[in-house]
Amino acid sequence: MNNIFLHDALIYLAAAVVFVPIAKKLGMGSVLGYLLGGIIIGPFFLGFIGQEGKDIMHFAEFGVVMMLFLIGLELEPSNFWRMRNLVLGTGSVQFCTTTILIFAVFLFIGFSWQAALACGLALAMSSTAIVMQTLREKGLTKTESGKSSFAVLLFQDIAVIPILALLPLLAISAVHAPATGNITFLSGQPGWAQTLTVLGAVGLVILSGRLVMVPFLRFIARIHLRELFTAAALLIVIGTASIMMLVGLSPALGTFLAGVVLANSEFRHELESDIEPFKGILLGLFFISVGASINFSLIFSNPLMIAALVCGIVVIKAGVLFITGKLSRLSFDQNILFTLGLAQVGEFAFVLFAFISQLNILSARWTDMMMGVTAISMTLTPLLLLANERFIDPRCGTKDKKEKEADDIDVYNPVIIAGFGHFGSTLGRFLRANGISATILDNDSDRVELLRKMGFKVFYGDATRIDILKSAGADEAKVLIAAIDSPETNYDLVEKTKKLFPHLTVMVRAKSRLDAYELIDMGVKDIYRESLDTSVRLGIDVLTKLGVRKYAATRAGQNFIKYDEAAMPQLARHRHDQDTYIFNTREQIQLQEQLLTNDREVNPTLNDHAWDSDLVGNKFADDGSEH
Amino acid sequence: MNKILILFAHPRFEKSKTNRALLQNIGERQGVTLNDLYEQYPDFNIDIDREKELLMAHQVIIWQHPLYMYSAPALLKQWIDLVLEYGWAHGQDGNFLKNKIIFNTITTGGTREVYTPGGYNRFTIREFLVPFEQTAALCKMIYLPPFAVQGTHLLTGETLQHHVALYSALLDRLVTGDFNIKEMNKIEFINDWLLPETGLTKP
Repeated sequence: MNNIFLHDALIYLAAAVVFVPIAKKLGMGSVLGYLLGGIIIGPFFLGFIGQEGKDIMHFAEFGVVMMLFLIGLELEPSNFWRMRNLVLGTGSVQFCTTTILIFAVFLFIGFSWQAALACGLALAMSSTAIVMQTLREKGLTKTESGKSSFAVLLFQDIAVIPILALLPLLAISAVHAPATGNITFLSGQPGWAQTLTVLGAVGLVILSGRLVMVPFLRFIARIHLRELFTAAALLIVIGTASIMMLVGLSPALGTFLAGVVLANSEFRHELESDIEPFKGILLGLFFISVGASINFSLIFSNPLMIAALVCGIVVIKAGVLFITGKLSRLSFDQNILFTLGLAQVGEFAFVLFAFISQLNILSARWTDMMMGVTAISMTLTPLLLLANERFIDPRCGTKDKKEKEADDIDVYNPVIIAGFGHFGSTLGRFLRANGISATILDNDSDRVELLRKMGFKVFYGDATRIDILKSAGADEAKVLIAAIDSPETNYDLVEKTKKLFPHLTVMVRAKSRLDAYELIDMGVKDIYRESLDTSVRLGIDVLTKLGVRKYAATRAGQNFIKYDEAAMPQLARHRHDQDTYIFNTREQIQLQEQLLTNDREVNPTLNDHAWDSDLVGNKFADDGSEH
Repeated sequence: MNKILILFAHPRFEKSKTNRALLQNIGERQGVTLNDLYEQYPDFNIDIDREKELLMAHQVIIWQHPLYMYSAPALLKQWIDLVLEYGWAHGQDGNFLKNKIIFNTITTGGTREVYTPGGYNRFTIREFLVPFEQTAALCKMIYLPPFAVQGTHLLTGETLQHHVALYSALLDRLVTGDFNIKEMNKIEFINDWLLPETGLTKP
């Protein structure tokens, strides 16, 4: 590992750790923190990182790549189908109108029509990274504006595919002069061939997703090694990105497609939670490098020009967004949020401008300028939202606090069952027979596959991971059943649930009595020892086979269970009195001894005098009266 | 101040209209304890000690139930068989319930008229309730006439509200001790005793 790498890592991580908390404390959100951190460590201020900012940007774009993979993963076809009107309607109105307006303005300034169109397409993009991050931080993803924002961003992300395919056609005059030294398969091809290549690559990703990735993940999952699965997930993302780069296409695009393809597989949630941390940190890095790459010397040499461009573009975008919001009947304050949130130029513009300059559609100077405009507009977004939060919303907003019912983008079940082995499956069947649908979490991919075939709503993944619980709807559910085979995993799950989802009623399967004691210590009220009822039921049948009447035997069984469960909390406490350390098996024997002694003292069935007329009979006999 | 214990037995409470109305807001009422037997003992395994403690803590006991096949639902019979033990509730030393007040609150599908010697059911409500009356006597308790909401199938909202108001008035009077046992025992249904007393009239 070389020194430069460590040095850079040190600076970037320190910038994040220093500036993000400051920004959060000031109520500005993490995105602005990263951007400010980037500006300050960048060449213009402290100069900790110099011109390599651009190279870092390439690396950091990987955060965007992973984010798009995750967005793709969320695009389960059925979800997308439900959102189709919003995505196609709102999305296309925003995108087409913005493109046409910007195209007209640039044409008016004196650009060639090709350059104006290319700029229009690139500048119409908004920043998925900034908007989604901000929405999530503010908890706005479920609001109307959140949903509309997501729809618009989704449309744009999808639109990148045909745009990348179309751009080469705009560059007819410039085909013979590849601009950068970056030699890829694409450069040097005629326009039509490039278009075909793009379409071919897209098809390849979709096919390989179905035929290669899913079977590959199944194979990996069967090995039951968590880190191997993470490695496989990363391999898919990086592999797809590399292939796309080799062809000369946007890696973000490729992984987005891979995500969409995998969204319908049983690995959706596991992949999501595996990639999430990488995405977070790389996206932070991306924001820092956006901040660092702002070319302040260019800005200060044409301050008016840049300011005019930024303002003009943001105003055009905001205007179009506001009208779009009105058309999709957003309330005023939701619309303002939607308008200001999406008014920036997005990270895809970097990708598109790089491609545009590579195709020689736009001069290098203008490309640099546009990149600067993009970065500045991104920096402006958190500030605009902040201004909205502080000044516009409190005054103009028609703040209606009424919670709108979340659309059925994902239907949440009232019950979550973690672990669908022999215990959980019986339970799940019983609930289903009574018309209660449960969301099931299980980490055995073979079983998950089978259950999905049988029409259960099953998530593949480790139930103790908070993000998976969240995706399974732990925020909305009422009851969480911890039915996992391993007691330790159950404890872990119980602890996390109690801390993070205190509204959930937690009902826990206990393997043994000792296991139940642990759970009592943890404060769990609903504990179910898996061996108790079955062994008592067997005991009842033994009594019956020996000639005891069935009802008497059943009552004896009922009383025994009641007595045994009532004694649990006390015995659990008593357990801690023993000051010597005992091995587990020793402990078991001691426990048995204690129980047997207790039983002798208070026989749970000895005092059952129900329907016992002997006493009455004796009394009447004593009286000498007839009976 | 009397404390009232309602021993409620209804295996299909979720479908009940009349009993639900009678028990509306019962939890907020001072001095009244609702013991929902089918909710408490779904396995019919009655906790006798708990029930005895409850009985000791109250002065007025109500068996509230729909009349099924001219008697109480099975769990209430189970309760009577198990809880009212010899030597505790009855017998020579069984004096723990002595002088407590007890009566039935019942709901029937048939009207008052079909429960007459010439009617469809041939016997009166009081005749069908004889086992309860004698059980109370055996336990040295004071048995009052039943509170009965009848013809529940034909009950309109307004009539039902009339019964709810009557029952509520009854519980109030029992809690405050504002009643005369002799007067009450002169009539067939406790409803009729309340009518002139409370100023409520039949709609």
